[in-house]
Amino acid sequence: MAMKVYGPAASTNVARVLVCLEEVGLDYELVPVDMTKGEHKSPAHVSRNPFGQVPAFQDGDLILSESRAISKYILRKGGGSHLLREGNLSEAAMVDVWLEVESGQFDSAMSPIVFQCFVVPMFMGGTTDMKVVEENLEKLKKSLEVYEARLSRFKYLAGDFVSLADISHFPMAHYLLVGPHASVIDAYPHVKAWIADIMSRPSVKKVTELMEAAIRMN
Amino acid sequence: MAPVKVFGPAMSTNVARILVCLEEVGAEYEVVNIDMQAKEHKSPEHLARNPFGQIPAFQDGDIVLFESRAIAKYVLRKFSKSAGVDLLREGDLKEAAMVDVWTEVEAHTYNPALSPVVYECLIYPAMRGVPTNQKVVEESLEKLKKVLDVYEARLSKHDYLAGDFLSFADLNHFPYTHYFMGTPHASLFDAYPHVKAWWERLAARPSVKKISANMPLKF
Repeated sequence: MAMKVYGPAASTNVARVLVCLEEVGLDYELVPVDMTKGEHKSPAHVSRNPFGQVPAFQDGDLILSESRAISKYILRKGGGSHLLREGNLSEAAMVDVWLEVESGQFDSAMSPIVFQCFVVPMFMGGTTDMKVVEENLEKLKKSLEVYEARLSRFKYLAGDFVSLADISHFPMAHYLLVGPHASVIDAYPHVKAWIADIMSRPSVKKVTELMEAAIRMN
Repeated sequence: MAPVKVFGPAMSTNVARILVCLEEVGAEYEVVNIDMQAKEHKSPEHLARNPFGQIPAFQDGDIVLFESRAIAKYVLRKFSKSAGVDLLREGDLKEAAMVDVWTEVEAHTYNPALSPVVYECLIYPAMRGVPTNQKVVEESLEKLKKVLDVYEARLSKHDYLAGDFLSFADLNHFPYTHYFMGTPHASLFDAYPHVKAWWERLAARPSVKKISANMPLKF
């Protein structure tokens, strides 16, 4: 039975899981969850993700939530362990460090920006709160200074090898690139080049298409 | 082997996150204080360890790390075998996944609901001399109750979060929960008997008792 991912492709957390499946080439089925109709809070979905969030994931009788946990499971199972480096203490630690940074710094600044610039106008019929966007753009820029310094020394975040830490950035990076604030990365040439590199991976291109198709449908 | 170094105040939650893991594997370590009041965490010396100017940072020989969960995992991977513990379960795909799931839940769901209560009731009044923002506390407690509903259901089925074995996922909950128990809202856990019993099991561990001793509830 193919693995199942439950959630909309346009969701950054769903996309994170999809790109890992594409990286390892495992068969999967994307099962839609209509969040505009509250399907993520339905008893069926909550039985898979007890906090009523997306994604949820199923492999046989194993049910998982939390995109970064699901991603690691997929990579370990599907022959993608080179993206985790768990056989090498110091390399694995660097992957973990930058995965934490992705979550704690990049995602936490980008998430309110994406919410205000995409979700609010497109799905909630509201107006973007520019104050929230500006505050988070400032936080993002401070983080990007650190990324720029890091990527001036190494090709990728964990070192000179690509890892889940890099790929995990792609969904929010995609929304940054297609949104009104893409030019913010122009001041960080190594970051800009690194993002372009990640976005050119076949797995990332494939999932980007799924994300775009999902948004067009709305 | 030289002791590993953890940079940051011993009473800091994210320092404690690492220290409890060091205790569980019996590794030798040294805590090097970073004077936050004097802005030592923004000094060039510390920025070389943690480029975001935060605590903790960590050093083991040539290896310098930041981000407490990444550091804690490094410690567990390095020292677990010789200590005879297995808190990450990386030898078993499914168990490792469950450890990861509940570690993520602590970071993204449990902590954001619980930590504002700790900040408003303990930390901000002591460090900034500001009164508790009761609105933030009330909103957080409402979120926390919903989270604890899920934890209660989970811990009714298993002794620990990832399954019937203690793991990194459980230990991650210790530092902020320890401080929560020093707020006026500790009794919230009484309504969740399996959660309360799980917390008491954690708190009774020698590693947790030892690190808790450096985390006074009165600031």
